[in-house]
Amino acid sequence: MATNMRDIKREIKSKQNTKQITKAMELVAASRLRRAQEAALAARPYAEKMKEVVASIAAGTKGVKHPMLESRPIKKTGYLIITSDRGLAGGYNANIIRKLTLMIQEKHKSTDEYVLFVIGRKGRDHFRRRNMPIVEEVTGLPDSPSFADIKSIASAAVGNFEQGAYDELYLFYNEFVNALTQIPTAKRLLPLEEVGGSTAAANYEYEPSPEGVLEVLLPKYAETLIYSALLDGKASEFGARMTAMGNATKNATKMINNLTLTYNRARQAAITQEISEIVAGANAQS
Amino acid sequence: MSTFLLEIVTPERKVYAEQVSMVIVKGVEGELGILPNHIPLVTPLKIAPVTIKKDRKEQVIAVNGGFIEVRKDKVVILAESAELPADIDIERAQAAKQRAEQRLSGKRDEFDFRRAEMSLQRAINRLDAKHRV
Repeated sequence: MATNMRDIKREIKSKQNTKQITKAMELVAASRLRRAQEAALAARPYAEKMKEVVASIAAGTKGVKHPMLESRPIKKTGYLIITSDRGLAGGYNANIIRKLTLMIQEKHKSTDEYVLFVIGRKGRDHFRRRNMPIVEEVTGLPDSPSFADIKSIASAAVGNFEQGAYDELYLFYNEFVNALTQIPTAKRLLPLEEVGGSTAAANYEYEPSPEGVLEVLLPKYAETLIYSALLDGKASEFGARMTAMGNATKNATKMINNLTLTYNRARQAAITQEISEIVAGANAQS
Repeated sequence: MSTFLLEIVTPERKVYAEQVSMVIVKGVEGELGILPNHIPLVTPLKIAPVTIKKDRKEQVIAVNGGFIEVRKDKVVILAESAELPADIDIERAQAAKQRAEQRLSGKRDEFDFRRAEMSLQRAINRLDAKHRV
């Protein structure tokens, strides 16, 4: 056994320390995941209600015109990407950033043709290092973000579209499927595609007018979509971190087992050698 | 007495869901008192307290940035934030009010001005709701 016994022992100790940390992080992520899922669930009624009302206005009144519903020739594109503040979450950030980077490389030749809105420190650092045009950023969001936390970036992203700073807005986030699976998703947020109106359109009275109500409602609707994407992203983050840390813990356990085996072998070899040396010594004397 | 279901929903959670007999809101076109069997209606709301009448008692909720949807069977208020008076932090609201007033008396940048105005309205709304109880 070539390696020194003391070295092996030290290595085992270090792996054990790492394992303790990853284990703790896994447990923390698991509990936060549960809370994030609850938050995503609690936000659903609002988003659904909003969609229902927008759909029923769109269905009930034909030919309503609003800048947010109209497609314009695309000269410039806005991207809103949701990443996490902290790493150690497996491929969570890398996947979504790669997806956006690929799309940008495919569609745009120069940095004048797009702008970025970034949520999360990881994404911000990545894009800033590459000198990409970041218009607005939010970092340091709490684990269960409130609507007010992202209100400013959401309304900036929506408002700039309305004013014609760009002609489409994409939303990049990790869609939460379950703790093991998160799908990096690109969604075209603006202009709003025909809001699927299968709901039986109730005949509402609108005050002041259908257009007036849409004026207020559509930006809110878009902001709500961004907020639910953020909650989804948070749940995905904790899911990804939980899985990554679970794997790390498993790997650490395996390494510790292997090392322990090596250590015991080395120990036994040392003992055997010692005995044979003593025996040899005794034999030589007699 | 006939009642209807009133729901107040914010992006974070459902704040209120109960059978009530009347709700009074301030729409963009003016104040509305909604009784059971109101005609279906959608209108944006001003930043103002919403008064709820239930079992001859009144309750006030500070609603900010929302709209109301009246249907045959129920009424839904969707708002960016909605607070029961018990949840309102008076000191914070007062501080926010002072800050907003200072900003309003100060510079005249249009965007900041609008923002300050909104935050002043929100603060007054909260204080108002709290005092009415």
